[in-house]
Amino acid sequence: MTKVSVRGAVAAAIQTEAAANPNVYIVTTDSRGSAMVTGLADLFPERFIECGIAEQNAVGVASGLASTGKTVFVLSPACFLSARSYEQVKIDVAYNESDVKLIGVSAGVSYGPLGGTHTTLNDFASMRALPNLEIYAPADAVQAAAITKHIAQDGKPVWLRIGRGDVEAVYEDGESFDIERAKVVCDGSDITLIACGEMVLYAKKAAGLLAEAGIAARVLDMFRLKPVDAAAVIQASYDTEAILTIEEHSIHGGLGEMVAGILAQNHCVPLKIMGFPDEEYKVGSSQELFEHYGLTAENIAREAGALLERARL
Amino acid sequence: MQTNELKTIAMERRLDVLEVVMRSKSGHIGGAMSGLDILVSLYYVIMDVEKIKRQDPDRDRFVMSKGHCGDSLYTVLADCGFFAKELLETYAAFDTILAEHPTKKVPGVEMATGALGHGLPLAVGMAIACKNDASPANVYVFMGDGEQAEGSNWEAAMAASKYGLGNLTAVIDRNYLQISGSTEEVMPIDNLAAKYSAFGWQVKECDGHEPAEIIEAISAERLADQPLLVIARTTKGYGSAVMANKASWHHKTPSQEEYKQIKADLQEQIRGLRHD
Repeated sequence: MTKVSVRGAVAAAIQTEAAANPNVYIVTTDSRGSAMVTGLADLFPERFIECGIAEQNAVGVASGLASTGKTVFVLSPACFLSARSYEQVKIDVAYNESDVKLIGVSAGVSYGPLGGTHTTLNDFASMRALPNLEIYAPADAVQAAAITKHIAQDGKPVWLRIGRGDVEAVYEDGESFDIERAKVVCDGSDITLIACGEMVLYAKKAAGLLAEAGIAARVLDMFRLKPVDAAAVIQASYDTEAILTIEEHSIHGGLGEMVAGILAQNHCVPLKIMGFPDEEYKVGSSQELFEHYGLTAENIAREAGALLERARL
Repeated sequence: MQTNELKTIAMERRLDVLEVVMRSKSGHIGGAMSGLDILVSLYYVIMDVEKIKRQDPDRDRFVMSKGHCGDSLYTVLADCGFFAKELLETYAAFDTILAEHPTKKVPGVEMATGALGHGLPLAVGMAIACKNDASPANVYVFMGDGEQAEGSNWEAAMAASKYGLGNLTAVIDRNYLQISGSTEEVMPIDNLAAKYSAFGWQVKECDGHEPAEIIEAISAERLADQPLLVIARTTKGYGSAVMANKASWHHKTPSQEEYKQIKADLQEQIRGLRHD
């Protein structure tokens, strides 16, 4: 299976938008290489603002640009953009409702070999508590391009996080997405797997394994975490017997707890949250860490089977 | 406008601030009093207020980085006709648009401020956009001296210089006091002129209670591709000996006795300015 760069897809979509709209600006923090937007600096030199290794200023500058009517993409490693500049995100972007798109690249454990300084497993938790800010975590390059096109034109403050490595396609070229709705990757009536980002691929593969065991799993791609498609979660709680969430994020404050909150306040079914535990993470590649923490198709299928068994007791 | 007229307007706004603070039992009165001659110079002389009111794309931009002194900005905006003066009575009250720290809900306010060290980066972004758009607009940012300890200011200072922002002017209200005491004891930030010069800025100093000096420092011919810093020497709590130069008046509601004395002091100065 060929793998495609999500970062490259986002960069290409920004290029298309910037070519069509002279009000699109790009802000970087010595991060043009890691965000794969080096070419945009040559294409749009006046609208490419390099702020150096200074994330707080970069987000402030982006908001100042936006206040004059610009649509601004800030591309920076997610670990820094989500934390170092959090107050600027809270106030300059979210509170001011600035047309600023914060693109956190190499998120999750993309930088796993670099150690705990470079993990981003806290961004859903911190960003979702900010009013006005919308949150996206695309599953693959096709979806990332579609979301980038959408946010370039929606006028809203956005946090969009993507990984670093190339990923297998979940969707075919030309797939369309209703931005308001979780994407149904496949349908089933026994259990629902809700995932986001790169975990959607593993959830999809797990559904395949479950089918072989006679279990019909629905897979929901919750690519927009805020506003979240609560209706899809509630519907799943009536249509299927249990819900399993999978995310490349701490088990605290992310997709799983969002789903738990929706279920607890509407209709409870057995739930399991899969993600990164509340501990210091091992060093290793994404793949090694996914395997160590059980975020593989095989283990998701195993957990889903066990959860369903518990639900049926 | 004559200097005395501007000073009078600033004193009248101090009276407005005093009323706002007394009514709400809230507000950063010391820094509000120190900055008013600068705000008045900007809003009554330097900036084209009518362009700001009609949201002209080429309007000058003002960013109140020392957002805790929103009360002083509100009295100026009200007097300039951005909103009815009666609205000042709602300052800091439930569901008002006049929070202590300004937001975009307030007519005339470009961006919410109040967490310190945010204004200069915002102003840099605005100035880059105005420059690229070949707009004649100037961008003004008003900072406190205590907030110079925030690192984000120095990130922005570098960027302003890199992008040759000759349309950007920062003014520092240099009253040497912050909430805990002297700025030089809390975190020494002096030699601001040398520091900003080293970051590539043109720097001027002036008496921050002399509108003629403030206007000259901001409006005189300047280098086309360098941001300008004006260090305005001021007195915290300016206008009354009750408050002047006392850190304890950073955020304080006067007693009835103090209120009467401050009011009398301000009114006396207004009378003096009118007779000069």
